[in-house]
Amino acid sequence: MLNDPRRVIVDVANVSKHFGEGDARVDALKDVDLSVQAGEVVALLGPSGSGKTTLLNVIGCIIAPSTGKVTLDDEVVYDNQWLRDDLRKLRLDKIGFIFQFHNLLPFLDAKDNVALVLKLAGKSTAEAQRRAIELLDYLEVGHRKDAMPALLSGGEAQRVAIARALANSPRIILADEPTAALDSKRAGIVMDLMRKLAAEQDACIIAVTHDEKIYDRFDKLFHLRDGQLDGEEGDAT
Amino acid sequence: MNLAYRDVRHNLFRFVLTCLGLSLLMAVVLAMIGIYNGLVADALNIVKAPRVDLWVVESGTQGPFAEASKIPGGTRDAVTRLHGVAEAGSISYQTVEAPFRGETLRLYVIGYEPGHPGGPEAISAGRGISQSHFEIVADAKSGLSVGDVIRLGRDPFTVVGLVEDTTNSAGDPAVFITLRDAQVLQTQLAPSAQRVQEARGAGLLESQDSVAAVIARLEPNADPHAVAQTVRQWKHLGALTQADQESILLMSVVDRAKRQIGLFLGILLSVSAVVIALIIYTMTMEKLKQIATLKLIGAPDRTIVGLIVQQSIALGAVGWSFGLILILLVKDYFPRRVVLEPINAAALAGIILFVCIVASGLGVRAALKVDPATAIGG
Repeated sequence: MLNDPRRVIVDVANVSKHFGEGDARVDALKDVDLSVQAGEVVALLGPSGSGKTTLLNVIGCIIAPSTGKVTLDDEVVYDNQWLRDDLRKLRLDKIGFIFQFHNLLPFLDAKDNVALVLKLAGKSTAEAQRRAIELLDYLEVGHRKDAMPALLSGGEAQRVAIARALANSPRIILADEPTAALDSKRAGIVMDLMRKLAAEQDACIIAVTHDEKIYDRFDKLFHLRDGQLDGEEGDAT
Repeated sequence: MNLAYRDVRHNLFRFVLTCLGLSLLMAVVLAMIGIYNGLVADALNIVKAPRVDLWVVESGTQGPFAEASKIPGGTRDAVTRLHGVAEAGSISYQTVEAPFRGETLRLYVIGYEPGHPGGPEAISAGRGISQSHFEIVADAKSGLSVGDVIRLGRDPFTVVGLVEDTTNSAGDPAVFITLRDAQVLQTQLAPSAQRVQEARGAGLLESQDSVAAVIARLEPNADPHAVAQTVRQWKHLGALTQADQESILLMSVVDRAKRQIGLFLGILLSVSAVVIALIIYTMTMEKLKQIATLKLIGAPDRTIVGLIVQQSIALGAVGWSFGLILILLVKDYFPRRVVLEPINAAALAGIILFVCIVASGLGVRAALKVDPATAIGG
C-alpha cells in the first residue's frame, strides 16, 4: 500500500473555515475539496487573502477547520466537530515543514537543527546525528554541518531546512514560499531536489508560492480565490 | 541536546552581562543579610564578652545596653558575698569621640576592674592592662596599634594591647580601660566648667563612685534565677540573667534594625523577582518565532517550558554565585561587620530558585500561548 504512487495522502473534503462571528465573520475557506496523491508535488496559488495559508495550516494540523473532513495518510484528523487530540505527534511523525525564511533555530548548528526533529521523535543522539549528517550530505550541504545558521548562505540554509523537514521521513511536506528567498537558479535547484525527494520517499508536497518561475516544477496547480478552489491545472510539467 | 544551554552559549555575552547585573542585586541582598548578622553578632559580642551569668543593674531599668543604669560602686562587694556567686566585677559603658591623628575616632569605652570579670578575654596583640591608670586595650577595628597614644577626655592613654571583633551594636569599636579611669572620664568636666561648678559649691557633690552594672559569675551549681531573685530583694537593684540580657538586647536594641533590614530584604527580593521575570519574559518574547517553529515541528510543551525555566534557573544560579563571590571579596571593606553564614547563602539560593521558577511563569505563559502558525506567517 505504501508503495502505491496513486494512494491519496492528503484528502480535504468539503472543508470550510471561518474566523469570528456575526458582522465580524470572515470566511477564509469555503467548501474546499482537495486530494493529493503520494509522489505528487502541488502548488496552492492565489492572491493575498485567498486562503492559501489557511488551507496549509488546516492540512498542517495547526488550525482546525470549522466544518468538513480532513484525512492525512489514512488517518482522520478532523471530521466536522471531532478533532484528534494528538496533533503535535501527528505533525512530528507525518508532516515536514519548509518555510519561506528557513526558520532554523539560530542557536543550533546545521547538523543539530536536523537532529533535533529526530531527537523529538525519540531517536538516540548518535542515531539522530548520523541521520542528520546523512541527509545534509545527500542535500550537498554536509560540509557545512557545523556552521551556525547565521553563517549559511540562503541556498544552504534552505537545504538544511529541507533536511530538517525530511528528517522523520514524513509522508506530507508543506512548504510556504520555499523559494521566495532564493534567486531563480537556486529556486529551480531546490524545487528539483524536493521533487526528487518526494518521489524517493513516496511523499507528497504541497507548496504555497507566488514564484511563477517554478510553476513548471509542479504536477498540479490549485488556484484559490476568496477561500474557494477556483480551478486546477493538472500536470503542469 | 539541551536547548537552554545551546541558546545561552549562542548569546553568551548578553547572558553574562545579564547575570552580572543580577549578581549585583544578589550581592546587595547578601550584604543586607551579612550586615544584619553582623549587627546581632556585634551586639551579643559585648554582652557575651565578660562570660558572666548575672547582670546587677539599677532597679526598674533594663540596663546597661537597652537603657541607662547607675548603681553605687560598692554594690560589687555586696554581690560577691551572695550565696552562689563565685566572683563579681563592676563595669561601665560609655561612647566617646576622641581625636587621633587628625581624625575623630568614635569609641565604645568599657571600664572594668582588673582582676575581676569584665575585661578583655583574648588579647590578639600586646598585653592586657597592668597599671591602674592610662592604659588601654583597643579593638583592632579602631585603627589603633600597640604603642599608640590617644587622648580620652583630658588624659593621654597608651595602647598596650589589641582585641578582635569587639564592637557595640552601633558598630563602634570597643576600648577597655580601668574602671577608675572610666569613672573619671565620665564625670570629668572641662576646666572652665569645673571652675563654675566649684564656684557654686557643687564641684564634687556628685560621687564618682557609680557604675553601670555589676556582673557576676556564679558557682557551677548555682541557679541564676534564684540569685537574681535574691538581688531584687534590695529595692534599689535589679538583676538580669545572661539569657535575659541577650534577649533584651535583641528585642530592644536590634529588633528595630532587624525589622528595617528584613523589610529592605523583602523589597530587594521582590525587585529581584520582578527583574528576573522581566528578563525571562523579554528573552522569551525575542524567541517567539523560534518557539512557534519548535511547536510546529512537533516539540512538546515540556521542551519549551524546559527551555525557559532552565534558562531562568541558570540566570538565578549564576547571579547568586557571582553575587556571593562579590560579597565575599568586598565584605571586609564595609564600615560595619558583615557576617555571612553558609546557611544564609543556602537560604538565599533556595529563595532565588523559587523566585526564578515563579518568575519564569510569565515567560512560560507567553510561550505556551504562541500559535505554531506564527512560524508559517501570513
